[in-house]
Amino acid sequence: MSLARLLAVVRKELVQLGRDRLTFAMIVGIPTLQLLLFGFAINLDIRHLPAAVLDQANTMHSRELVAELASSQVLDFRRVVAAPQEIDAAMRRGEISVAVVIPQDFETRLARPDRPAWQVVVDGSDQSVQAAARQLSAFPLASLDYGAAANRPGTRAVPSVEIVNFYNPERRAPINTVPGLIGVILAMTMVIFTAMAIVRERERGNMEMLIATPLSPFELTIGKVLPYVGIGLVQVTLILLLGELVFDVPVRGSLLEVYLAAIVYIAAMLSLGVFISTLADSQFQAMQMAFFTFLPQILLSGFMFPYDGMPRAAQWLAEIFPLTHFLRLIRGIMLRDAALGEMWHELAALAAFVVVMLSVAVLRFRKRLD
Amino acid sequence: MAAEARAQESVIVAHGLTKRFGDLVAVDHLDLDVRRAEIYGFLGPNGCGKSTTIRMLCGLLRPSEGEVSVLGQALPRGAETVKRAIGYMTQKFSLYEDLSVRQNLEFLAAVHGLRGASARARLEEMYARYHLGELKERLAGTLSGGQKQRLALAGAVLHEPELLLLDEPTSAVDPQSRRDFWDALFDLAEAGTTLLVSTHYMDEAERCHRLAILDRGRLVADGSPQRLMADLPGSTFRVDCGQPRRVQLALAREAHVLGVAQIGSSLRVLTDRRDGADWLRERVRAIDADAEVEAVAANLEDVFVAATRKSAVEAAA
Repeated sequence: MSLARLLAVVRKELVQLGRDRLTFAMIVGIPTLQLLLFGFAINLDIRHLPAAVLDQANTMHSRELVAELASSQVLDFRRVVAAPQEIDAAMRRGEISVAVVIPQDFETRLARPDRPAWQVVVDGSDQSVQAAARQLSAFPLASLDYGAAANRPGTRAVPSVEIVNFYNPERRAPINTVPGLIGVILAMTMVIFTAMAIVRERERGNMEMLIATPLSPFELTIGKVLPYVGIGLVQVTLILLLGELVFDVPVRGSLLEVYLAAIVYIAAMLSLGVFISTLADSQFQAMQMAFFTFLPQILLSGFMFPYDGMPRAAQWLAEIFPLTHFLRLIRGIMLRDAALGEMWHELAALAAFVVVMLSVAVLRFRKRLD
Repeated sequence: MAAEARAQESVIVAHGLTKRFGDLVAVDHLDLDVRRAEIYGFLGPNGCGKSTTIRMLCGLLRPSEGEVSVLGQALPRGAETVKRAIGYMTQKFSLYEDLSVRQNLEFLAAVHGLRGASARARLEEMYARYHLGELKERLAGTLSGGQKQRLALAGAVLHEPELLLLDEPTSAVDPQSRRDFWDALFDLAEAGTTLLVSTHYMDEAERCHRLAILDRGRLVADGSPQRLMADLPGSTFRVDCGQPRRVQLALAREAHVLGVAQIGSSLRVLTDRRDGADWLRERVRAIDADAEVEAVAANLEDVFVAATRKSAVEAAA
């Protein structure tokens, strides 16, 4: 192990990176694009569903109910229809995905707890719409409360649930998404960059020349990977800045701890990249394998779907992924002002991943061609 | 006397060196003895095991069987020690195309542990000796074939290796660059470096001090080019005739004819008979009455054809 040789590799890698405009564009481009995409477009919090209303009762209470639903912004009433057939037709044409039907005997129904007073018709083909519409039934509707209380106090339990939302009272998706995106973006770029950078040496024939020199595989690997730690930290900074400026996402905990957690996580991703590089023969293969590790992480880590809602087997699998642990760390520090010390076991899990991956990679990495 | 003893010192010794890739035997029980400061050639067609042998000698591949020692170190155990004292010029250009000439050489100097003033002095020497001064800031990927080859050579000898292994170094360059390149190799040998060069060019093989002819992984002949030509166990003739193509096809079927090649309007015929002149004249005149047969001096190509043909017959038997 010679520091001079290690530094020679780092220097060479930096010069090559500086010349590689595409990679450079990806370092800045991927985080920016993903952040804006996930932040704005892929808003998991569904609002403004196109809806129609059929108010056959047309009483004070029914009008209040409609007004309240409209003000919730979950539904966007595009049409007021006069007959049930029109709902059918509009939904088939895709003009609306939700319809609210208030029957003629709305007032009487309100007075009786055993029959639903009104109906929500949902285009069930889109699961997320279905889920959003289902939330409506738990929506605290003041008008119903009022009506029920007036007619038969204390017996109706329609607005029974009051949802208290702690860290995201406005139920804004970016609050949760931005910290998660730090993990997702690093999982994508770090693994791909390192795996490809190492495989490239082999694919272009440089490895054959390097193997005949005193350079050790360890020096070569670490030298090639070190610059990417810096690049990962640049990406973290970029996401934090954009998150703050564009989406108003705060860092409630210690900024230093955010970076500490990020460094350990970056090391995990880099070691995964190094491991992949020992398996892949070409840059294309390395890319494929990187995506293969990326997809389950994004799906199971709790970034897309809540961890608690997953089947037990999926949860066990998710515990293997570094992203799962990093999400808990970064959401804890950024949103709940948690201290790194309180979540040391998540950090330990990441460290264990690094040790295992690097050991396997070193064992597999031969300084020979056969 | 001391210098002579030094010249007799073996740099590469191999006994029964073998490399298998699955069922394929790429190198088959090769015996080698390469002496200090000589230019030793590997001559053979593509796929004859030249590159595989060179890769085993620099520790890139592990032999399947046999013993080999390089610079007194038994391989593969002493591979890391050997790597400090050898230079290896790969068949395909293997420096970084996206680095400049200077950056490539500076990287290699650092990898080899050269630093400070001595590294700078050595780099300047390399620029001057291999005419790279003007090209210093050019990206290696933008150089011509001959320029790339000079850069690769500079990279391989930067750390003054005792042994330089070159795998088909001149396959991508023009004849003038090839001549200049060989002058550079002779300079290195003069200075005491041992060189092992693989090639499939006869004219290059002829320039080597000693030569090994490889065919399908086996050593089929070795010695100095002059020795090999003198020891050719047959004779070579020039046949002038009206219908060279027809005569060529007829002769190719003859048992004692090892090779027939058309050169311009005449044929060059290699037979395995010492007294082949009368015999051949008779055969040729049966096809073309006006044909003239004349004995000519053997060249290295004849040696190559005779040796590989002999090994093919032995393999078939």
